[in-house]
Amino acid sequence: MTITVNLTVNGQKVTRQVEARTLLVQLLREHLDLTGTHVGCDTSQCGACVVQVDGVSAKACTLLAAQCEGANVLTIEGLAKDGKLHPMQEAFREHHGLQCGFCTPGMVMSALDIVRRHPSPDEATIRKELEGNLCRCTGYHNIVKAVAAGAKAMRG
Amino acid sequence: MYDFAYHKPTNLADAAKLIGAKKDGRLLAGGQTLLPTMKQRLAQPSDLVDLAGVAELRGIKAEGGGVTVGAMTTHYAAHTSPELRKAIKALAKLAGGIGDPAVRNRGTLGGSIANADPAADYPAALVGLGATVNTNQRKIAADDFFKGLFETALKPGEIVLSVSFPAPKRAAYRKFANPASRYAIVGVFVAETANGVRVAVTGAGPKVFRATALEQALAKKFAPESLAGASVPAAGLNSDLHASAEYRAHLIGVMAKRAVAAALK
Ligand SMILES: Cc1cc2nc3c(=O)[nH]c(=O)nc-3n(C[C@H](O)[C@H](O)[C@H](O)COP(=O)(O)OP(=O)(O)OC[C@H]3O[C@@H](n4cnc5c(N)ncnc54)[C@H](O)[C@@H]3O)c2cc1C
Ligand code: FES
Ligand code: FES
Repeated sequence: MTITVNLTVNGQKVTRQVEARTLLVQLLREHLDLTGTHVGCDTSQCGACVVQVDGVSAKACTLLAAQCEGANVLTIEGLAKDGKLHPMQEAFREHHGLQCGFCTPGMVMSALDIVRRHPSPDEATIRKELEGNLCRCTGYHNIVKAVAAGAKAMRG
Repeated sequence: MYDFAYHKPTNLADAAKLIGAKKDGRLLAGGQTLLPTMKQRLAQPSDLVDLAGVAELRGIKAEGGGVTVGAMTTHYAAHTSPELRKAIKALAKLAGGIGDPAVRNRGTLGGSIANADPAADYPAALVGLGATVNTNQRKIAADDFFKGLFETALKPGEIVLSVSFPAPKRAAYRKFANPASRYAIVGVFVAETANGVRVAVTGAGPKVFRATALEQALAKKFAPESLAGASVPAAGLNSDLHASAEYRAHLIGVMAKRAVAAALK
């Protein structure tokens, strides 16, 4: 079944004809060429595909494009403004919070969800809240440092 | 994933009509179980009826010594609801321990109990508190709702509207979580209620069950030390790569003691 979905992605209105079974991550990567959102496991476990839907984190591999009708989707590509990295991205760069970088978009998007709920997260909170994000390079130590620094920068 | 027809009704009557008319149709709530199952081609519905637009399934209402939670309430909404926290703190805390933050943002109470995963958390709270499942056709006591492995009393096309939880005198839930998925290897919900002590165990058997030996021990005195000597037999419990039946039987005792201690705090 072909359906039409209308949604806002990174501030831009988009309309696409897709099959009903199209996942949000497929819409982003294959229809909109936004390949920053990664597919690590495709089984809802790894968090590489995390984006924000209406302000809260969601695994884009476990969400139909159809379910996002009218929604406001934010991906990693939507964070930098005028060529300047978002404070959370800058913190990941500064604290070497990535090795191969595959998990990084999901980590950064989850980090923003952590800051939404815990504006000043301590280390234990960050580790617990990153439960849904896996890093195969096991760079967790610096990821945790980056999230704390990013949160601090966002508090201003 | 095989393709399907997608429907998004905006009220309960339309949702019931749609799901009733489609022989191989499935209701879609948060999709956190159904979509992974469809991706693995373990489910192949002809139609998906998305419940996200059905207002009748939303909301958390505290009333007359209990609280009624709408089927489409996400785990995150349940965890952060001030009404729920005030009425039954153990339930709000349980919701905050399901899966990970992104799963909690979408997964729902109705989807969790309709799915009846033997390692899911909510079934322990429903049975532990003696809750009632309200559907568009009837009311079902939690003790009669969970029938077996991924099997409930729901008839095809029956829609869970909400769950009514009576507030206990005290209650707590403790789980020994699978370190990867956070599903319960063993989870124990204990409650001291108006009708006696209830102990519900999830993760350990093919479905959630009441540990009557532990209930009897706690009925004498609701205290961790009452559980010394009481145990659940390993026979019939799950044995898999995560834990043997004997280990699960042992964990039931440990989690029950911790839950009782937490309930008394
Ligand atoms: C990585 C991960 C970790 C998880 N960890 C845990 C955990 O630690 N503990 C835990 O308990 N769960 C866990 N889950 C499962 C999660 O809680 C799911 O959200 C839940 O099991 C299903 O809810 P849903 O709203 O996503 O339902 P869906 O996947 O949309 O639906 C599940 C089933 O319920 C049916 N259904 C949905 N709503 C209704 C309704 N109102 N009436 C009748 N039938 C309905 C559907 O037709 C389907 O058969 C995890 C899931 C993932 C992906
Ligand atoms: S790709 Fe979505 S959770 Fe791994
Ligand atoms: S940096 Fe390589 S997977 Fe995390």
